[in-house]
Amino acid sequence: MSNNPFFTVDKISKSFGGLQALKELSFHVNKGEIYSVIGPNGAGKSTLFNCINGIYKPDTGSVKIQGQEITGLRPDQVAAHKISRTFQNIELFSNMTTMDNILLGRHMHMKTGVFSASAMLWKNSFSAKDETEHRRKVDEIIDFLDLQASRNKLVSQLPYGIQKIAELGRALATEPELLLLDEPAAGLTNEEREDLIFWIRDIRDELGITIILIEHNIQMVSEISDRIIAINFGKKLVEGTVQEVTNNPDVVRAYLGAD
Amino acid sequence: MDMKRHHYEDVQFLHGWANKFWFAVFVVLVIAAPYMFPAQLFLISLIGVNIIIALGLNILTGNTGQISLGHAGFVAIGAYTTVVLMQSWMIPFPAALIAGGILAMLFGVILALPALRLEGPYLAIATLAFGIAIKIILGNIPGLGGHNGISVIGMDLGFTMITSEVGIYYVIAGIALVMGIAARNIVKSRVGRAFQAIRDSDIAASAAGINLAGYKTMSFMISAFYAGIAGGLWAVLLGYINPNMFEFVVSIEYFAMVVVGGLGFVAGSVMGAAAVTYLRVNSDNLNSVPVIGWLLDLMSIDLTVQTGVTWVITGIVLILVVVLEPLGLYGIWLRIKIYWRTWPF
Repeated sequence: MSNNPFFTVDKISKSFGGLQALKELSFHVNKGEIYSVIGPNGAGKSTLFNCINGIYKPDTGSVKIQGQEITGLRPDQVAAHKISRTFQNIELFSNMTTMDNILLGRHMHMKTGVFSASAMLWKNSFSAKDETEHRRKVDEIIDFLDLQASRNKLVSQLPYGIQKIAELGRALATEPELLLLDEPAAGLTNEEREDLIFWIRDIRDELGITIILIEHNIQMVSEISDRIIAINFGKKLVEGTVQEVTNNPDVVRAYLGAD
Repeated sequence: MDMKRHHYEDVQFLHGWANKFWFAVFVVLVIAAPYMFPAQLFLISLIGVNIIIALGLNILTGNTGQISLGHAGFVAIGAYTTVVLMQSWMIPFPAALIAGGILAMLFGVILALPALRLEGPYLAIATLAFGIAIKIILGNIPGLGGHNGISVIGMDLGFTMITSEVGIYYVIAGIALVMGIAARNIVKSRVGRAFQAIRDSDIAASAAGINLAGYKTMSFMISAFYAGIAGGLWAVLLGYINPNMFEFVVSIEYFAMVVVGGLGFVAGSVMGAAAVTYLRVNSDNLNSVPVIGWLLDLMSIDLTVQTGVTWVITGIVLILVVVLEPLGLYGIWLRIKIYWRTWPF
């Protein structure tokens, strides 16, 4: 396993003008792991996700999933490598319903084009079957995440916590093998956070999806992570098990400031 | 409200008896229109042409969120291509019309190139320049009749000619109906959903696997195709074409149709095109237009002899719509529907 890890980030660097957001950051994630990225604000966590996901192109270094190079690909090409993500500041399609938002996650699996769409006139037309089949799949996700009550509501009308879950649903709908969650618990109530922890475990255990998690809530991170990496100023501080990382003096200093 | 029992019912065209009934009424009205309003046949035909343009522009602007203030350029390309192919190359009307649509679509690809890099006001300026450029270029190509234009005689189907006003109306109405249903189905399915996703959050859309460049280009192509087809029909309806028909204010008028009707709604395109075209055609006689005429009389304003006042009215209507009902006429229709459904509460 360690010879051929599921997902590797090798010495990626990214700078914005004079600000170096990531400095030769390397780590790997094994299949089926819940791997957490922690660090103070501005440590480069979200930049890391954006480099993996293709929103930014790293200046140097490489990102590989199952041995395949994905560095510098466009976000939609990265998505085709079965990598999906959520965003720190929810990025839902606000004028669409929960159903349509999650259905958008099925985009890559659907086949309807402009011409077949135009001819969606009877129940057995190609596009109608395509729609029906994938709407059924979306309803499975809606059931899994307890979103039934929000199914046909515009997402902009949903409470913040539900929006976060709907975004998770859309990410799951793409059928990823690797899921990047950017602060999924931020702004949630304790109860919602408990549900989220439960679902994240389920996603890993039942769906077999590997998860990389950015999270500030150390309690939640400790509870569900297999391994943790702590970064600060774009560099790795320490990587290891929950115990190793949370007891590390460098990590404590980064969070609490130097004594 | 009726229960849905199958996922297909979510996307079905005309789900439920009420929708089927109203659509049937609409189709009967469309068929009976030449006999009900013989004096208004030109106006109704022109509305049909503009509905096609508005349908296409709404897919681009309302659904994909890409503004175009140069749509008259696509209409012009469709009109000139159809006319030239029909008159000089003796190609039958249906083939010439489709060729016009396809050529406009190819120009849609050209306009999509800057659109991939520009947003909002910058895209508006680029498309505006495109529309103006097309008009000027067409006026200066030798053989296209310069600023006097070319005259057109009917629709040459190869074996027969359609020259009667009623015949031309039915061709326009039939094509508008087919293209309307197609637009509705595109918007409701995978492609239209991708367009709306790009409009709402392009970052999330691409992270979900949508090729932004590909889908933006596709939206421009569909929109330009609709405009091109409408251009060919407009040429035959008028009986002549010249570059001044494709003035840049005409593009603004198309934009107004979409905004007044309701951004992102197929039914909105229909309502907006009908309302704005009606105002435009009756611009010399605004005092006889319903609602507006009544308001004008109330304020004892007589606009019968004013020229250019239609633009002022269009502008005022646009501002009122944006401020009072951003969903446009379709939004008002929705409110009425909800009111009746929940009446007496």
